[in-house]
Amino acid sequence: MSAQGSVIFKERENQIHRKGDGAFEMDCNRDSLAGAVSQRACVFCGSRVVLYPIADALHLVHGPIGCAAYTWDIRGALSSGPALHRLSFSTDLQEMDIIFGAEEKLYRALIELIDRHNPKAAFVYSTCIVGIIGDDLEAVCRRVAAEKKIPVLPVQSEGIKGNKREGYSAACKAMFRLVGTGDTSDISDLSVNILGDFNLAGELWIIRDYFKKMGVQTVANITGDGRVEDIKRAHGAALNLVQCSGSTIELAKMMKESFGVPFLRVSYFGVEDMAQALYEVAGFFKDKDPEIVERTRELVREELSVLYPELQKYRKDLCGKKAAIYVGGAFKAFSLVKAFRLIGMKVVMVGSQTGTEEDYRDLHEITDEGTIIVDDSNPLELSSFLKEKDCDIFVGGVKERPIAYKLGVGFCDHNHERKQPLEGFVGMLNFAREVHSSVMSPVWRFVPRRKEKA
Amino acid sequence: MERSNYVSTTNACKLCKPLGACLAFKGIEGAVPMLHGSQGCATYMRRYIISHFREPMDIASSSLGEKHAVYGGGPNLKQGLRNIMTKYGARLIGVATTCLTETIGDDVPMIVKEFKKEMGESGLHDLPALVTVSTPSYSGTHMEGFHAAVRAVVEQVSSNEDSAHILNLLPGFLSPEDLRYLKEITDDFWYPSVILPDFSMTLDGPALTDCEKIPGGGTPIEDIRRMGGATATFEFGSTLADFNSAGKFLRDRFGVPLHQMGIPIGLRETDVFFDALERLSGTACPEKYVLEKGRLIDSYVDAHKYLFGKRAVVYGEEDLVVGLTSFLSEVGITPVLCATGGKSGHFKTAIERVTEGIAPPAAGPEGSSAVQPPAVYEGMDFQQIEELALQLSPDLLIGHSKGYPLSKKLGIPLIRVGFPIHDRFGAQRILHVGYRGTQSLLDLIVNSILEAHQDDSPVGYAYM
Ligand code: SF4
Ligand code: SF4
Repeated sequence: MSAQGSVIFKERENQIHRKGDGAFEMDCNRDSLAGAVSQRACVFCGSRVVLYPIADALHLVHGPIGCAAYTWDIRGALSSGPALHRLSFSTDLQEMDIIFGAEEKLYRALIELIDRHNPKAAFVYSTCIVGIIGDDLEAVCRRVAAEKKIPVLPVQSEGIKGNKREGYSAACKAMFRLVGTGDTSDISDLSVNILGDFNLAGELWIIRDYFKKMGVQTVANITGDGRVEDIKRAHGAALNLVQCSGSTIELAKMMKESFGVPFLRVSYFGVEDMAQALYEVAGFFKDKDPEIVERTRELVREELSVLYPELQKYRKDLCGKKAAIYVGGAFKAFSLVKAFRLIGMKVVMVGSQTGTEEDYRDLHEITDEGTIIVDDSNPLELSSFLKEKDCDIFVGGVKERPIAYKLGVGFCDHNHERKQPLEGFVGMLNFAREVHSSVMSPVWRFVPRRKEKA
Repeated sequence: MERSNYVSTTNACKLCKPLGACLAFKGIEGAVPMLHGSQGCATYMRRYIISHFREPMDIASSSLGEKHAVYGGGPNLKQGLRNIMTKYGARLIGVATTCLTETIGDDVPMIVKEFKKEMGESGLHDLPALVTVSTPSYSGTHMEGFHAAVRAVVEQVSSNEDSAHILNLLPGFLSPEDLRYLKEITDDFWYPSVILPDFSMTLDGPALTDCEKIPGGGTPIEDIRRMGGATATFEFGSTLADFNSAGKFLRDRFGVPLHQMGIPIGLRETDVFFDALERLSGTACPEKYVLEKGRLIDSYVDAHKYLFGKRAVVYGEEDLVVGLTSFLSEVGITPVLCATGGKSGHFKTAIERVTEGIAPPAAGPEGSSAVQPPAVYEGMDFQQIEELALQLSPDLLIGHSKGYPLSKKLGIPLIRVGFPIHDRFGAQRILHVGYRGTQSLLDLIVNSILEAHQDDSPVGYAYM
């Protein structure tokens, strides 16, 4: 039988909107459609993504081997010290474990690994099958924590419980157990925690450096280049800065409720958002330190004076080119829309795996007429959008890359595997350079689809 | 050399079963692999495979949620099948189970049977072939998944209605380049072959005018149908003795003579393959390959001094390690450790078979010349490999990308072969098999050793 008609599933029609096509309305946060090859991952993936960069903790995946093997050292989250997070630990459940339960195996694995690595804490991830066989993670963790005198935290991340967002939530709950247990005596009045940044390619260090120049102390990185001790005393910070729409907001909310730490939502991608983040922090602390505003202005001015002339070079080449965006979380999509504008490009498609109704409404606000907005897309749709809009570049992750390349469309990797910092002012420059190096490459003239057009 | 045993697994040297099954399905014309389970598994595997081949790899999922785990995943599986049919126009859908659906006890063949019936009643006659395979990862690795899927395909698609003058070639998990070369060889013998699976195009496709929904190429389903009437089956794999392989099915069910042989890497294993081809086809080995072989032997000689006594750690899939080890011992390299994450129970004997009487004595680091057979272990992870490797002072590592941290730690070259290769370019074009593949491996190894030597020397020789 042959495939007929549109590549868009009837069930998914309401998860796609074209700006200008009637009133904005969008379905999202639905379960992925069976057989549709969703680009989404699972709950476990969400938890793993958030907690992974905590470099001095042990991360043990309780489940069959795959879940652990596929997440072994796949992210570019750097550490300035210990690198325990880069190892992949698993209980590698076998048939007998499934039949008789694997609590004892989990217990012994934990003891063995804690003895070998002396971690500051251990996170134990539950996977689909553990949810089914019903191992009591909580009890095993308690037993090991008592014996080994370190926090041993269960992460209830059974894959089937939903998508990545439930995983973020499970990760936040696990981390929250640490918060409030550390010493906060030497924390400055001008202090923040950085939430929702994973120090990919050292990005978090760039941001920390800005704050340092402003005179603001960073207490805990949550979780890039993360340390257990820092998280324990994170409640001592004056302010939480939350990046990434979904991943750590729940932790910020819990900290606000229990410890009264206020939070601000920020993004460090693109010039506008980066500068705004710094100004907001300065604004927050200006009563305590009136000069911070001027220091921040100076910092931004200095950065921009270097950045703008450089950016202009790329802008000249890129002006009028068309971009498509498909990323995990919607916050990144916002920043990217603005960043593309800054280099003169038009965004013609934007989507995410796990955006909320509110996210999409905001995206609808800031995009141009005709832009396609899509939730939880799949390869067939994405490739039809890329063709329809005749894009010059596609921003996404590893799974999106071959779709772009097969169509002769440039690509920019904006996922967790990236090895190039894209945050901060310097990140904007890297981004422009990367987009430029793909869009302007001579290879496209040889690609059959583009050649036909030329 | 004894290894330690641990309860936990650190940095596994294996992948999960359904991944192997998806790769095998991907090598069939018009096929879409599908996982019956939750969404995450499919997405993880796709990313893992895409990073190696740099090609699209669509794996559909029945995307089960919590409620399905309680009430069964049948309805989702059926909906998924329907969606793949209409949107992809699949000619074959390969459904592999996952740990989850095996544990909740979904009867997938049953569900698929119902599905076929329902579709038949709705008047839809051109159903794609639907192949199901059971692949719970809590028993076995991606290789068992791969072989199980190949078996499932012939079991559920082949017949012996027509006897055909064809050779069934079941190569196992090789690279697209390997598959192209194997095709070339059988073509040069003027012997029509069915290679199953054949992802030489589907996972290494040309640039086209469109991103095809299902990439062209793959073993034609018509050809798979005829496999039951073939003249013979060649099945690569030295550790398949206990495995219910596709070759065994074709033999037991349709009486197709089966020749199991190792993956043809190195002279001796490749000779076995070519001899078998000569016998089957009644054709003398074409000149082209006689020359390839001659040049290979010639270069064995040219290279021997660089290689003699060099100590190698080889790891990865069992059959691949056996083939590589066989080759290494032919050129005077001493395999000091052969490790795999698999557990066929036949790894050690297979390694013994290819090293016996040929492997030179492993001169220990202190220069002891006592004969030491390689340490051979199944069920290994990289924690155990590393512990042993640190004591064995190897000169080189041979295996996939995941051994890179160890090679960095030891400061020795890593020769990248097999799957996955996530840190280099062109993995799909690595040639491992036959005289030509052995030749390129040999060149690669010699050059890596020369390079290490050159880099370590303060002199800066430009003439080695
Ligand atoms: S649950 Fe099983 S099938 Fe899924 S990724 Fe984990 S090991 Fe593989
Ligand atoms: S088994 Fe569950 S937890 Fe593991 S990868 Fe699959 S969906 Fe995620």
